[in-house]
Amino acid sequence: MNGTAANSRAVSTVLALPSRLAFIRSEGFPLIPSLILLTIMLVAIFAPALAPHNPEVGVLGDRFRPPAWQTNGTVDHLLGTDHLGRDVLSRLIFGARISVVVGLMVIIVAGAVGTALGIISGYLGGWVDQVIMRITDAWLALPALMLAIFLAAIVGPGISNIIIILATAWWTRYARVIRGEVLSVRERDFVRLAVVAGCSKWKIMRKHILPNVINSAIVLATLQLGQVIIAEAGLSFLGVGVPPPQPAWGLMLADGKKGLMAGYWWLTVLPGSCIMLMVLSANLLGDWLRVKFDPQLRQL
Amino acid sequence: MKKFIIKRLGLAAISLFLLSLTIFLLIRISGDPAVLLAEPGASAADLEAIRTQFGLDRPLWIQYASFIGHLFRADFGQSFYYRTDVFELYLSRLPASLLLAAAAMLFSLVIGIPTGIIAAVRVNRWQDSIGKIFALLGLSMPSFWVGLIMILFFSVYLGWLPSSGSGTVLHLVMPAVALGWVFAAAHMRLTRSSMLEVLGSEYVKLARLKGLPEALVISKHAFKNALIPVLTLAGVNLVIMVNVAVIVETVFAWPGVGRLLFEGIAFRDFPVVQASILLGGTMIVLVNLLVDILYAVIDPRIRYEG
Amino acid sequence: MTGPLLDIRRLSTHYVSARGTRVTRAVDDVSLSLDQGQTLGIVGESGSGKTTLALTLLRMLPPAARIVSGEMLFEGSDLLKKREGEMRRIRGKRIAMILQDPMMSLNPLFTVGDQVAEPIRVHEGAPRRTAWRRATELLKAVRIAAPERRVREYPHQLSGGMRQRIVGAIAISCEPKILIADEPTTSLDLTIQAQYLKLLRDLQRSHNLALIFITHNLGIVAKMCDQVAVMYAGRLVEAGPVKQIYNAPAHPYTQALLESIPRLGDSRQRLTAIEGQPPDPASPPPGCAFHPRCPKVMDRCRSEAPPEFRVADAQTSRCWLSTPASR
Repeated sequence: MNGTAANSRAVSTVLALPSRLAFIRSEGFPLIPSLILLTIMLVAIFAPALAPHNPEVGVLGDRFRPPAWQTNGTVDHLLGTDHLGRDVLSRLIFGARISVVVGLMVIIVAGAVGTALGIISGYLGGWVDQVIMRITDAWLALPALMLAIFLAAIVGPGISNIIIILATAWWTRYARVIRGEVLSVRERDFVRLAVVAGCSKWKIMRKHILPNVINSAIVLATLQLGQVIIAEAGLSFLGVGVPPPQPAWGLMLADGKKGLMAGYWWLTVLPGSCIMLMVLSANLLGDWLRVKFDPQLRQL
Repeated sequence: MKKFIIKRLGLAAISLFLLSLTIFLLIRISGDPAVLLAEPGASAADLEAIRTQFGLDRPLWIQYASFIGHLFRADFGQSFYYRTDVFELYLSRLPASLLLAAAAMLFSLVIGIPTGIIAAVRVNRWQDSIGKIFALLGLSMPSFWVGLIMILFFSVYLGWLPSSGSGTVLHLVMPAVALGWVFAAAHMRLTRSSMLEVLGSEYVKLARLKGLPEALVISKHAFKNALIPVLTLAGVNLVIMVNVAVIVETVFAWPGVGRLLFEGIAFRDFPVVQASILLGGTMIVLVNLLVDILYAVIDPRIRYEG
Repeated sequence: MTGPLLDIRRLSTHYVSARGTRVTRAVDDVSLSLDQGQTLGIVGESGSGKTTLALTLLRMLPPAARIVSGEMLFEGSDLLKKREGEMRRIRGKRIAMILQDPMMSLNPLFTVGDQVAEPIRVHEGAPRRTAWRRATELLKAVRIAAPERRVREYPHQLSGGMRQRIVGAIAISCEPKILIADEPTTSLDLTIQAQYLKLLRDLQRSHNLALIFITHNLGIVAKMCDQVAVMYAGRLVEAGPVKQIYNAPAHPYTQALLESIPRLGDSRQRLTAIEGQPPDPASPPPGCAFHPRCPKVMDRCRSEAPPEFRVADAQTSRCWLSTPASR
């Protein structure tokens, strides 16, 4: 039995590999959004090598310098400086790090927790299912952003705190959707076969159920990436997210407000454009993945 | 039907219980609750007084019972900053928030419904594609950034609109657009799908078979029917708007409950923060409950599910 | 006016898939004619193209459909050459149609009177009050009790049978020349079905309508119609006067259909159903589309599609057995 299961898994891996590469050439694949996301990731990884200046230290004499192409702009600060004389380009580059780390960590943590609960709930059924789903539904009815603000106000700012806070607010969707998937997967032959062969419940959930619902979890995660990044920016903007002087894009917008009435547009336009570009790309990719892999998720 | 309503009421009760429990527990596990509950800069003696006042040395469940007791009496304590009853403070800020939400709703419907209808009538043509792009942009631009960009253009460059504050209709324009932006996209998407469903219905087919002009088919036979789910959603969204306005109200210094929450955070005015979350959360739970019941009354199929 | 009221000549309507790669010949080279006051039954299994033919006639096809060739002469002028605005003035006024599901055909948000009066107001420019008075009379004509009260009610207040009659009233409101009824009785129980068919028949006689009755039930056609046209996989396989075809069906498909309905004095214990499945309209078999199910199949049928042969006065058949030589 074990041998058969291992074989079928090996076969499915072999079959899955080329198809995973092939979808890049398939119709409607959002190439540009994917490239944008990839670029943002690379920028985040190689931020120290790419940034021309220290993002957290500025020269006060160089405050509010406009981008290089405007009068008073210098090539040294291609995209200008902020109210503390810090280089905007460098801050944007390091800001990508924060958005990528927070965004990915939140969807990974929330996805792992939600998927695990969804699988347990859907596979075990009975009172376990009842308890988990009642809590999930009740939690879904609560306003995620408000809860996040409250949590953030209590535990204080910090990147790891913001990840925990957003994950706490975002796991419910996974639990609901994955549970629904599990309910149909567990009736399939290979699961019944595994039960008959005497596999333990944990092993069945891990080896047979999880691989069959992971696609949905990934689609959902991609769709949520954008929302999470917007939420992080909002919390940072309010001062309950990433603490200064770190270069989070949301925090940059809050700082940029100081120069807004004086018309220092680059402090507002540039960080916001970065957020929009990343969220838009994630949404386009998520939409495509949803249609491609999971037509049932269409109502989300 | 009765069974469904009872079940749904139970769920709402669990939600409210979870909300209060979460907030209660979070205050107590995040370090010394006395520090949170006391004014910033309180002395050791003050902290001790707080501990006896809230009975922080007693068992948790007794503390929780007294916490709930206070909530039921609408007693949310005194604001450290404003020195007034928090519940009254919240109520005094609510009208401004409702005004902003109503204006934002108006904007979102005025934009969302016509674009949604055009997208549905011209499905898969260029009008539909533009609508899709518009909806995607709405969901991808943070509302506060939209607000900031508008300030830059309309206040700083053009000088047409005041950048913050309240009092005149002009003050209302930008906050309403910033807040309504995301919702306009959501309403457009729902109008489009609802309209597509109605356009495929037998009665619209019959209206066309009658030889009615297409404009009449759409404006009379499809429009009204397609609008029902949109307006239901708009009802929920009005309450949600009040609660997500915190960032937009902060950007435009709009004196609503969102701004109150922000001040509460900024001044470490804990009773205000706690009351804002509890009251806002309760409003959302109740509206969700109301809508679920309304839907079940309208559409009998829902009652038999789940 | 010379010539028939409606003359369809070699009409073809195809569905083209989104990428343009798959073409479904829903209506394929169909010719038909209909005189004033005549009743024509169009018979076929689901997917045989009956409904598409009706929708083509009114030019109410879904976007994926293309009218590829042919002519549809109505009172001597080709409907395919008309502009959309002219077509609109024909729909509901000159040619009316009752849909497959009359129960869902009424808009839940408007009163019955409003919906019955609507075509009168639009096509004849009648003022509201006149149109409503006519609507009340029409409800009386379709035998609805207390029409003065019913006009003010909403569809959900009425029974299924009543809603059905109202859809009928809407169809005849502008005194059309042609009434198309697309399986209007499938969702009804037998008693109401019989009443409704009688109502349609009476309306047809009293208004001297040309009735096109679409159904899969040959038994109903026998009661309702003078002419019958049998469709299979988008093609008209046999057409002619009902009596003639019932007595001497030329096409094996018609013969099989007739054997599958009970007749008076029939001593057989079981009815013979046609073996096999109707073809996938998107990829019909080569040659004659019926050949995989045909009991009299010949080699020629598998490769060559038969043209239309005249078998008797006003009776045509698309079958190699109907060639003048083989008869």
